[in-house]
Amino acid sequence: MDFFLRLFGKEGSSKNIAKERLRLVLVHDRASVSPQVMQSFREEIIGVISKYLDIDTQRMEVDLTNEEDAVALTASIPVRSVRRGL
Amino acid sequence: MGIAIVVTSGKGGVGKTTTSANVGTGLAISGKSVVLVDADIGLRNLDVVMGLENRIVYDLVDVVQGYCRLKQALIRDKRYENLCLLPAAQTKDKTAVSPDQMKTLVDELKQEFDYVIVDCPAGIEQGFKNAIIGADEAIVVTTPEVSAVRDADRVIGLLEAEEIKEPKLILNRIRPAMVKRGDMMDIDDVLDILAIKLLGVVPDDDSIVVSTNRGEPAVTQNGSKAGQAYRNIVRRIMGENVPLMSLSVPDEGLFGRLKRLLVGER
Repeated sequence: MDFFLRLFGKEGSSKNIAKERLRLVLVHDRASVSPQVMQSFREEIIGVISKYLDIDTQRMEVDLTNEEDAVALTASIPVRSVRRGL
Repeated sequence: MGIAIVVTSGKGGVGKTTTSANVGTGLAISGKSVVLVDADIGLRNLDVVMGLENRIVYDLVDVVQGYCRLKQALIRDKRYENLCLLPAAQTKDKTAVSPDQMKTLVDELKQEFDYVIVDCPAGIEQGFKNAIIGADEAIVVTTPEVSAVRDADRVIGLLEAEEIKEPKLILNRIRPAMVKRGDMMDIDDVLDILAIKLLGVVPDDDSIVVSTNRGEPAVTQNGSKAGQAYRNIVRRIMGENVPLMSLSVPDEGLFGRLKRLLVGER
């Protein structure tokens, strides 16, 4: 069957496999963010969230983690209280 | 004051040296004064690709360490008198030159020549850092393969971190028949992934092997497709707007596909 598909020019193209694999590998490669960038990233997140919630910045964790086929931004941010009047 | 352009790729064997030789020679044919700098200390090759290997007396490391004057180490090309080569040392290693020394050298060459083309070694270690430090612009060479494109992406990131703005891409060794079959990434696929500007596309061409055998860059040969691609690239470097050359192939047809499947030819 495969032979006939290819004979009639309908073969599954390997370039799409290449593109998909590259896309994933580059997400991982590019996600190696420097500690300085990570620090300012963290500070800005604190700035935004603090407008709405009182958070425990000491116990907060922000990280880029490699999952099986994607990169995830994981943040664990303990909330002390919700600001009143929002 | 000239312009220094580094030719780099990350991965080895994608055609940096061939590109440097052809771009440099092409610019010289167009009347510019050009110096080719082989920054691949310990693994020099630009000399053989240019056919100038028998003329080397002094090299880049001799200049930097003060054993000779810059003029003494420059080798004039046999065909174009406005083209020179500064060969790398073969017996030293990459640590023989510091980035500061390299920067001084390139700045000095920029006073003398319209274009300083720096052929960068593979990798991203000291040899790479030395090669890019004096550069005003960068050409990133890649082939349409996952390994080469991945390394190109890494190098583009490093160039941008060093504030070499807008590196441009040469997509080398493209095989139109494979692209047509969907078995090779096309220009758009690679540009989509790398998100940089395209300087040119060079087809995979037997004439490159032949011209390298002879030590005469393909850009000098009118019949060579790759040579034509390099001539177009040179015109784009000089600011002309040149459309990409057509790389279309005729449909191989049922018989062609049958033959390819049975014989297993490319």
